[in-house]
Amino acid sequence: MVALMTVQPPLIRTAAPHSHHPVNLDAPKIVVRDVSVFYGAKQALDSVSIDVPGKAVTAFIGPSGCGKSTFLRCINRMNDTIPGCRVEGAVEIDGEDVNARSVDPVILRAKVGMVFQKPNPFPKSIFENVAYGPRIHGLASGKSELEGIVEASLKKAGLWAEVSDRLNAPGTSLSGGQQQRLVIARAIAVSPEVILMDEPCSALDPIATARIEELIDELRQQYCIVIVTHSMAQAARVSQRTAFFHMGRLIEAGSTEEIFTNPRESRTQDYITGRIG
Amino acid sequence: MTVLIALALLVVFSGGAYLLGRRRAVALAGGRSASLHSLPGYHGTWVALWAGVPAALIIIIFAVFGARIEDAALRAEVPAAVAQLSDERQEVFWSDAGAMARGEAQSEITYEGELKTAFDAKAAEGRRIGVIGLVSVLALSGVLALCGVLLAFPRLSRDFRARNRVEGWTGILLIACSTLAVLTTLGIVMSLAWESFRFFQSVPPLDFLLGTSWDPQIAMRSDQVAAVGAFGAVPLFAGTFLIMLIAMAVAAPIGLYSAIYLSEYAGPATRSIVKPLLEILAGVPTVVYGFFAALTVGPTFRAFFNWIGGFLVGGPMDRLGQYLETVQNQMALTAGVVMGIMLIPFVSSLSDDILNAVPQSLRDGSYAMGATKSETVKKVILPAALPGVAGALMLAVSRAIGETMIVTMAAGLQAKLTANPLDTVTTVTVQIVTLLTGDQEFDSPKTLAAFGLGLTLFVVTLVLNIAALAIVRKYREQYD
Amino acid sequence: MTDAVATRLKKRHAAEARFRLYGRMAIVVALSFLVLLLGRIGLQGYSTFTTNTVSLPVYLDPARIDRADLEGSNYDYVVALSLLKMMGETEDEFGTASDDAMELVSRDLGFQILDQIKANPALIGKTITVTGPVKADADLYYKGELKRSTDEADRKLNDRQLAWLDRIKTSGAVTSGFNVAFFTNADSTEPEQAGILGAVIGSAMMLLVTALIAVPMGVMAAVWLEEFAPKNRWTDLIEVNINNLAAVPSIVYGLLGLAVFVNGFGAPRGAALTGGMVLALMALPTVIIATRSALKAVPPSIREAAWGVGASRTQTVFHHVLPQAMPGVMTGTILSLAHALGETAPLLMIGMIAFNPGLPESFTSSASVLPVQVFIWETASERAFHERTAAAIIVLLVFMIAMNAAAVILRRRFERRW
Repeated sequence: MVALMTVQPPLIRTAAPHSHHPVNLDAPKIVVRDVSVFYGAKQALDSVSIDVPGKAVTAFIGPSGCGKSTFLRCINRMNDTIPGCRVEGAVEIDGEDVNARSVDPVILRAKVGMVFQKPNPFPKSIFENVAYGPRIHGLASGKSELEGIVEASLKKAGLWAEVSDRLNAPGTSLSGGQQQRLVIARAIAVSPEVILMDEPCSALDPIATARIEELIDELRQQYCIVIVTHSMAQAARVSQRTAFFHMGRLIEAGSTEEIFTNPRESRTQDYITGRIG
Repeated sequence: MTVLIALALLVVFSGGAYLLGRRRAVALAGGRSASLHSLPGYHGTWVALWAGVPAALIIIIFAVFGARIEDAALRAEVPAAVAQLSDERQEVFWSDAGAMARGEAQSEITYEGELKTAFDAKAAEGRRIGVIGLVSVLALSGVLALCGVLLAFPRLSRDFRARNRVEGWTGILLIACSTLAVLTTLGIVMSLAWESFRFFQSVPPLDFLLGTSWDPQIAMRSDQVAAVGAFGAVPLFAGTFLIMLIAMAVAAPIGLYSAIYLSEYAGPATRSIVKPLLEILAGVPTVVYGFFAALTVGPTFRAFFNWIGGFLVGGPMDRLGQYLETVQNQMALTAGVVMGIMLIPFVSSLSDDILNAVPQSLRDGSYAMGATKSETVKKVILPAALPGVAGALMLAVSRAIGETMIVTMAAGLQAKLTANPLDTVTTVTVQIVTLLTGDQEFDSPKTLAAFGLGLTLFVVTLVLNIAALAIVRKYREQYD
Repeated sequence: MTDAVATRLKKRHAAEARFRLYGRMAIVVALSFLVLLLGRIGLQGYSTFTTNTVSLPVYLDPARIDRADLEGSNYDYVVALSLLKMMGETEDEFGTASDDAMELVSRDLGFQILDQIKANPALIGKTITVTGPVKADADLYYKGELKRSTDEADRKLNDRQLAWLDRIKTSGAVTSGFNVAFFTNADSTEPEQAGILGAVIGSAMMLLVTALIAVPMGVMAAVWLEEFAPKNRWTDLIEVNINNLAAVPSIVYGLLGLAVFVNGFGAPRGAALTGGMVLALMALPTVIIATRSALKAVPPSIREAAWGVGASRTQTVFHHVLPQAMPGVMTGTILSLAHALGETAPLLMIGMIAFNPGLPESFTSSASVLPVQVFIWETASERAFHERTAAAIIVLLVFMIAMNAAAVILRRRFERRW
């Protein structure tokens, strides 16, 4: 599978000085310090600090409304699109603060892809859905190159075999699980470094969920993946690291094994054993 | 007047019937109202309904159709002296006789000799018929009201389901009201179709739809030669189309861009100011737009083009300059631009709704890919909203075609087949107004032509509306 | 970041800024149209709200008033002679001086004299003071809208008349004040005497008819469709039909009214009753649509609660659902009535275009309404009528804005979020 992938040059890089050096695998990819988020007067997140490693899957778990999705949206500045939303604190990717004035959210979001809870393919053909990112960012110089990117992305997302003969069919004609993989392919097409997934399987049936989980496991070889889930089983299956959120606070973060077998905090214990949540 | 008094009496009578029925029910209950199936009030109401409704229906039917029936009865037998008169004079005779019978003012014609005898006889007959009609209707309604009470009252009992009966009446009333909407449509279709049918008997439909000359001569007398003018409606269609195009060229971009700005860019504060202001623009009556077009925009445009023309005269574009100097107030451009202004809030609010129906998840998906707002709008939202926006624009086109006052006041009356926006053109609606606002015979081809135009207008706008509403509805269901 | 990407990014952001600018421009253009429209009408119409009134001592010359035929005497001439006398001018042999003077003050003064003499013939031979408006063109001159700088041939008043007007003004006989007559008179052929009271009353009567027909019928139809009607092809058809009726051009309703009401049922042409019925048919679909959406907004739990205590379907609807929906119904109704108030085209079809110098006598007599009055005055050639048109529009807009504001307040005040 990995051998099939065409290696794409990193076309988009921020101007951060670190980016020219080889990335240290052990160093955290995303560093978050004291992040608080407010929706108008309401505080949704209260000084969250966490390190997210590269080339691994980090799962955010916690009960509904605990702020894990809000936190995820801080990383690619999607909260900018919500009127009245204010973010405090620092979110650094490769040492650069994403909220800095010099950072263009357009470039940031090309570097940090996102997959949503409900599959949201554009009302366009399968091909156009995947080609959307490369087109707007001007990643392909010609039609054949674009086709190459689309094919490679669909292959990486494990969808190529199912759709190669009907690339011009509308994206919405696919099944839910296929749509979600299409959306992942769409995110991969701009060769991001980080992929954020906001409960990507909550609208899917168990078989489709299993396919997506398999895919996430494969993708972790190449990308830093952050996944929000309220299924603890899923967190245990796909992630290497887990962070537990409750009432807008980060309660505990650590290796997945540790959190699930030997949590330090009692609230984590309560949630995992089903007493709260 | 008599009718109103009769109705008032009937209301009083029904009120009495209500009290009677209620008292009876209370008596039946013997102090324990729970022993009744329905509350006493329902018993009373039921009796009152039987007392009032049938009688009231008779009176109302008489009020609406009575005059026609009496008139027909009066004309049933035509005196020999009258039969000799021309059709129009006969008409005057009958209306005068009717007026005489009712004690109203008549025309200034005096009748002499045999006509005088016939006139007096008919006037007397008319009075007689009037009295007979009124008395018989009043008697009939009185009997009905009494019978209603007499039949309904004995049926009251403890187990009588008065509430269900009254609710049955209510249901009938509600259904009747809903049918009124259908009747309106039927009324429109039937009246337009019938009058148009009569029009098409004198003017062949193809001549009307494909003819290129519109010149409805005033038919002074029906026996005149060439009383029927030219009724080729193509210049009207062309004028309507030209003005619609200009209006849409103004309204579509401005309306669409403001909708995009309001739904995608503007903050809640801006929206809360701009939207009510646009609503004011939408609420301004069309006659006001017409006034604005005729007295402000028209003269301004004219002065502008005359001024431009002044520069061009004598130059290489001398002919154009000369033409521009002759431009008049009434031009297609004036009406079109002002109509476009009128349509801006219409297009904007419809498109705003349509754009808001596009799910947020699509926007999120696009922003998460690193698309800018404009890229998201142009490449994701607008394509997704395209059917809805198309529907909205079709509704706007339909309004532009049917708009009357602006064009009546600003477009002009000359039926010209031209694509020049500086030329004066006329539209279907303008011609309908012109044909029907004079004093003339209702049956002349000229007035009937208005109905032919009306039918065309109705069919075209109906097709546009049905298609547009179906598209918009389907579009909304897609994202519900 | 490579150069290519940087250039591309710059272009993309420029495109974004451009697009945003287009949006802003569209809003600005739309709003400036609004300002232009209202501003222009305001500027044109506001001067109508003040008027110039002249008080004149008039000698009722017995030589010029025929006691036997009071109605037949020319009182305008009597007034003109007194005016000349006041200015120290004399009548010339061709009568041009009195002709010129007659064009300065309203004929209303002559009518006042006739009325006074009729009431008290002893006044003949005495001098009485009458007060009335100056002629419309003189009024325009006093307001500075008819300018002396205009070439004499191009203006309604000649140099001598302007000089006289100046002299009357300095003599103190002319006072400027609020134009009461505009609000208390009906239409007239003389601009300075034309008012909108007839049209306002006509509009009110017509709107009353419209409301009495359209509101109960529309609400009941909506109640049936929303709460009782089975969902089948027939009710679907009714729904499509109603939505389409709401978009039928208003002039078609006029044709319907002409063919069915006027020619079919013999309804009186140009009467408030007939106009009200036509507008009721036009307003019906919008009332139905507004009521249905208000009923839809009432949550099913209310209905279930009423059914739960044993209320019948009808009782549930009329005791619980409809009262809850009432604010929404009222809002929609007021808005559709406001729309009907401004409607003109269908009224022209049913003959509501006649000149009505008096107040409407009854619902079945010929009447004027505000928008039609605007249309009639707009087509008049005198400039003073154009000012009155604008003033009538201001009054019409005030009524419409008041109705819209009432609807908005109602919505804000009683809006309920479930």
